[in-house]
Amino acid sequence: MRIVLNGDSVETADGCTVGELLQQLGISRERVAVELNADIVPKVDYDRRPLSDGDKIEIVHFVGGG
Amino acid sequence: MTQSADTLIIGGREFTSRLMVGTGKYASFEQTARALEMSGAQIITVAVRRVNLDRSKESLLDYIDLKKYTLLPNTAGCYTADDAVRTCRLAREAGMSDFVKLEVLGDEKTLFPDNEELLKAAKILVAEGFTVLPYCSDDVIVCKKLEDLGCAAVMPLGAPIGSGLGIRNPYNIRIILENVSVPVIVDAGVGSASDAAIAMELGCAGVLMNTAIAGAQDPIAMAEAMKLAVIAGRLSYKAGRIPRKLYANASSPLDGMIG
Repeated sequence: MRIVLNGDSVETADGCTVGELLQQLGISRERVAVELNADIVPKVDYDRRPLSDGDKIEIVHFVGGG
Repeated sequence: MTQSADTLIIGGREFTSRLMVGTGKYASFEQTARALEMSGAQIITVAVRRVNLDRSKESLLDYIDLKKYTLLPNTAGCYTADDAVRTCRLAREAGMSDFVKLEVLGDEKTLFPDNEELLKAAKILVAEGFTVLPYCSDDVIVCKKLEDLGCAAVMPLGAPIGSGLGIRNPYNIRIILENVSVPVIVDAGVGSASDAAIAMELGCAGVLMNTAIAGAQDPIAMAEAMKLAVIAGRLSYKAGRIPRKLYANASSPLDGMIG
């Protein structure tokens, strides 16, 4: 299936969870926030929230800023 | 615990430093960390952005001791209340803290705040339990409205973001100080240590800056200068300056002059 990840269309395994996606990307879950179709996914739900075809995912973190 | 002398309290947390520092525009993460250390700041701002999936996974937070600093995520780059609120919710999830520096910009050239959108966002965020520190115009009416909405502080600009023009309207800052009871923190516009001292001498609770340190020729030295300026300005304010007089008033006694 295809999802839109940080604005880019990418291929991912069917039924992949948010937690699995982060793991595949090598992203530590502690310091990021994830939005699925404009709703925040709480960290406790990462492993039980499966993604669907066409989902829009945003993964953000903190960068330098004023 | 007894409260130590002259601390700054924001959102129920107590801070001994009155200098808040941004983490943008430094040459490297190492330099950021050294400047923060030298500044003595306890509150540091960060921005919320997409994780870059192509590049190295090295991140700012690898260089920052989170036990030492309170992160103040900002909503820089947001031009609507909706975008700012969305960014704050993401920041809370990423950082597990309720502190946010709320900015809603009105214009790319001046980066002046859109106060109407700012008030709208502040209302939503306060209701959602955020500790809101809004970057706003140096306008007492807006500051009072932000205070009434439940913001934990108000952060009027001294001059446009990154301009280094200093405190362009100290009289407006004074009026704000006389009319709001939450901490007033000058955010934006400081260029040099004397600007920071002026803000503190006016009676501000603190100063927030980024470019003045990060853009200096020697950011580490400027971080120390800003730390000392904020301390000196605060002491000067508390000590109570002499009134300004037009004519001289001799410091040495007139009696006993040789004849």
